[in-house]
Amino acid sequence: MKNTILYMSLSLALNLSPLAALAQNAATNAAPAAPTPKLEDRVTDLEAYVTNGARQTNAPTALASSPGPGHNAWMMASAALVLFMTLPGLALFYGGLVRRKNVLSVLAQCLGIAGLVTILWVVCGYSIAFHSGKPFWGSLEWKFLNGVDSTPNTDYGGWVSHNVFSMYQLMFAIITPALIIGAIAERMKYSAILLFVTLWMFIVYFPLAHMVWGVDGFMNGVFNKDAGIHAIDFAGGTVVHMSSGWSALILCLLLGKRLGFGREPMPPHSMVLCMVGTGMLWVGWYGFNAGSAVAADVVAANAFMTTTIATAVASFVWPMAEWITRGKPSVLGFCSGAVAGLVVITPACGFVTAKGAMVIGVAAGIVPWFFCLKVKSWFGYDDALDTFGVHAVGGTLGAFMTGMLARTSANSNLTNFLGNYVTNRKFQPLVFEQIKAIGLTLCLAVVGTVLIAYIVKATVGLKVAPEVENSGLDLAEHGEEGYHSEGAL
Amino acid sequence: MKKIEAIIKPFKLEEVKDALGEIGIEGMTVSEVKGFGRQKGHTEIYRGSEYTVDFLPKIKIEVVLSDNRLDQAVATIVKAAKTGKIGDGKVFVSSVDEAVRIRTEEKGESAV
Repeated sequence: MKNTILYMSLSLALNLSPLAALAQNAATNAAPAAPTPKLEDRVTDLEAYVTNGARQTNAPTALASSPGPGHNAWMMASAALVLFMTLPGLALFYGGLVRRKNVLSVLAQCLGIAGLVTILWVVCGYSIAFHSGKPFWGSLEWKFLNGVDSTPNTDYGGWVSHNVFSMYQLMFAIITPALIIGAIAERMKYSAILLFVTLWMFIVYFPLAHMVWGVDGFMNGVFNKDAGIHAIDFAGGTVVHMSSGWSALILCLLLGKRLGFGREPMPPHSMVLCMVGTGMLWVGWYGFNAGSAVAADVVAANAFMTTTIATAVASFVWPMAEWITRGKPSVLGFCSGAVAGLVVITPACGFVTAKGAMVIGVAAGIVPWFFCLKVKSWFGYDDALDTFGVHAVGGTLGAFMTGMLARTSANSNLTNFLGNYVTNRKFQPLVFEQIKAIGLTLCLAVVGTVLIAYIVKATVGLKVAPEVENSGLDLAEHGEEGYHSEGAL
Repeated sequence: MKKIEAIIKPFKLEEVKDALGEIGIEGMTVSEVKGFGRQKGHTEIYRGSEYTVDFLPKIKIEVVLSDNRLDQAVATIVKAAKTGKIGDGKVFVSSVDEAVRIRTEEKGESAV
């Protein structure tokens, strides 16, 4: 009797409880259950993970919204490698090339840009660059990285966590403006640099990244069937090098020369630091180039190889050119050659063969060398650390040579929408699409920079005062000295 | 008392120091300086920029001594510092009005 009463009370309680209400609702409104995956479906998805292919759509398996650990791990490592390129790779490369009294200013600029760009990226930059929207601008759907979680975004990397992809792309967004500081080194106000970079990201970088890499980008020839320009750019010849290089030229022209340029000697204060930075750039660049496959797959493998070949060849050719013309191979020549090789192979690495990479390496050792050596002195502009000579020239050269040397044997994705453009010949139709992309990038960088430079000039001013320039930026702008000698003086 | 200022090539410092020690001159002041005479500088090339560096690193040795030891000291320095090639340096001699040893407060020739 007691048990019966207990049982009846419990049933009553349960039936009146919210749980019961829910259960009844569920019973009447139940959606048809998702189909149970068969063993075949699960194996197909596993094969897709291994080969970086698309998942089957018959029935969602456990891999439906999971990243693939191999691809994800590679992309996390790649993101770290690309950050390493800026901090401290580029910081030391540029830092060693400036005079002692300005070494900290270079480090401060790299560090400041890293923080600033990250904030812009999270707030809205990633969303503008990579969310779908218009052909040159995304949307604000992903502001504050809303909706960007550990599930893969199959528009960009089917087996890589979306947040990892976002962070990987962030590192590109950081290093691109950091490259510009090479041209304006030793004389630009810190406040002006930060303001310039902020405006430049919105006016030049986010739209350009969207056009080249966005899923509906105007210049995304590989993956956007409706692209206006059917151009290809694997890791950023246009987005990173051309944009920063041409902007750097404009900015250094508007900023003016350093005091004493042409009369006073301004040799690098530490070729040792410069070379250390170069090594870090080279190693880090594997993340930049091979990581742009957004997977640890055959495309990444090819990019890894072509990056190695082009860089090593260029690093050798440049100082050999010096040896022949000037009698001595210099360490700066080796370093500049390596960076030039890395720049020129950047747009091509995932699309060319080993032979193509060698050709690119030779070209990268000669053409930027010629611009740094001869063209700079013909025109007399003060591109302090040769950002234009290496990145603008190298990026433009790379974009063009990618057009000539891209082969379907190196990357089968070229057959998706570019069958008519990539015919595996030297002067294939792709070349003309590349030229269009070069033109558009150049215009955007130049016009954008002119506009931004005048805004910054009118608000905070571009150049430091002559006394500051003479005594060095480190003390005046950062209150620190790079090196202290022992002793009383 | 006289003061000798000798500008010499940096790698000659040890030789000059040892030679002076052999003739009984145990104290000196040494500084790193830069300078040039008729020896030209050298050229450095960084990418497209060529610099002629006029100033060459040298060592300056300063010795204060009593008048009777002057001539031998100068001859010793010249012999030890000479290479016969351009840029060997110069020796200057001037008079010293006073000298004081700080520890003992001795003055004059007993201070050098």
